[in-house]
This record gives sequence, C-alpha cells and structure tokens, in this order.
Amino acid sequence: MNGGRKPSGGGRGRGAQGAAGAAGKDGQQRRPMFRRRKVCKFCSDKIDDINYKDVKLLMPFVPERAKILPRRISGTCAMHQRKLRTAIMRARQLALIPYTAE
Amino acid sequence: MNRKYELVYVVSPDATEAQVTELQTQVEGIVQRMGGTLEKTENWGRRKLAYEIGRHKEATYILDVINGSGELMKEIDRRLKVFDLVIRHLVVRVDEDEGVVERQRTRRTETSRRRRIARGLPPDRAPGEGQRGEPDDDRDDRFDMGLEDVR
Repeated sequence: MNGGRKPSGGGRGRGAQGAAGAAGKDGQQRRPMFRRRKVCKFCSDKIDDINYKDVKLLMPFVPERAKILPRRISGTCAMHQRKLRTAIMRARQLALIPYTAE
Repeated sequence: MNRKYELVYVVSPDATEAQVTELQTQVEGIVQRMGGTLEKTENWGRRKLAYEIGRHKEATYILDVINGSGELMKEIDRRLKVFDLVIRHLVVRVDEDEGVVERQRTRRTETSRRRRIARGLPPDRAPGEGQRGEPDDDRDDRFDMGLEDVR
C-alpha cells in the first residue's frame, strides 16, 4: 500500500552539482525527505471570517513565545495571513492573546 | 451615515455586578442619546487575561454591537477612556468585513452549484457526499512540518 506517496525524485537533482564533495560522506544516510505540501488552513476549511474574538481559532498561530507564526511555516495564504495578523493584534489589545510569553 | 460597530470593553475584576450593569446602562444611554441603536450586548463573564494589566489577572468582558455614527463611537471611546473601571476597550467597524464575508460565501456556493450542474449532479451536496473521503493517507505525517513540530 504505497499508492501515490512516492518521492518525486526531483529533490536530489538540485543539490547534485553543488554538494558533490559532501555527498560522499553522508550521502547514504540521507533519506529522500519529502514534505507534504502545506495548504492554507483557512482556504481548505473555508473559514472566511477570521475574527479576533475566536481565540480557539487563533491560538495555533501564536505558538509558545506568542509570536505570530510565519507564513512559510504555517502555509497560510497571503490574504488569510493578513487577516490573521489583524485578528491577532486586536485580540492582543484585549488581552485575549499574549504579546509575549513571560 | 450609520455604520455597524463592535465594542468590547474589559472591566476590572474589582467592580461589583451592580457597577458592571451600571456601566452597561451608561453605554446604552450614550448610544441612545446620540441616535444609535444597540443591536445586542453579550457578557462573556470573567475570563483570565493573557497578560497582567495593572496587577489584574482576570477581568469581565462585555461585547456590544452598535449601529451608529462615527461621532457616537468617538464619544463612547472618549468616555470609556475616562472610566477607571474599564481597563481596556476596543472599537471595531464590522459592516464592511461582514459584507465581504457574505459575498465570498455566496460566490463560493454559486460556483460549486454551477460546477455540479455542469457535471450533471443536483446543485446541493447531499450529506456525507464529497471530498471528505480522501484524507485517509494523512495518517503518515512523520515528515510533516505540522504546526505542533515547529518550535
């Protein structure tokens, strides 16, 4: 049951010229790592309205240090990241979400 | 020009219930005097604050939805700044955002209906039908940079 989850093979080709020397040593241990393509949570769940009152929705985007999770990690699309940001900033004003972790 | 606003204010935990209700009636009074309407009030009750505000650790939250002019909200803003019992407040205009959300939602249902009709299906999705069957191989997320992995 491996259907549809094969590594693309394109991932290694890119580093081939540059890292030729280093590849000799740890080339064998390196697994073909593949990450699932990240999708915007708000697009896929069809959440149009990112509201500052909905703390439960916002909390996953302010991990630990209470910084706003960047788009490159969460995969949120630009439009929703923008809305998310305003929502988080409003929620912070009302002390629903922390500015920092103490 | 009447617009729709949301007002959230955070009342200090030292305030008694009577004081809180008095505050609410005061806000209502301002709204009525300036020709607005109070669409609804919601008391969220006591909540823990995410950070301390002047040694307070929890506070009462009250949400008002107000139809009115910008002048009215300016007045409310000014008055709330004066009250010592109100430790935070926020005024947000919501009518525009609500319109955008509404438009997006109708557009989405319309396109889905159009597509379904083009495929010769009934326009509305029957319960249980749809893409929900797919994510069965999502179980393997060892290599996934999920939100919980990110530190």
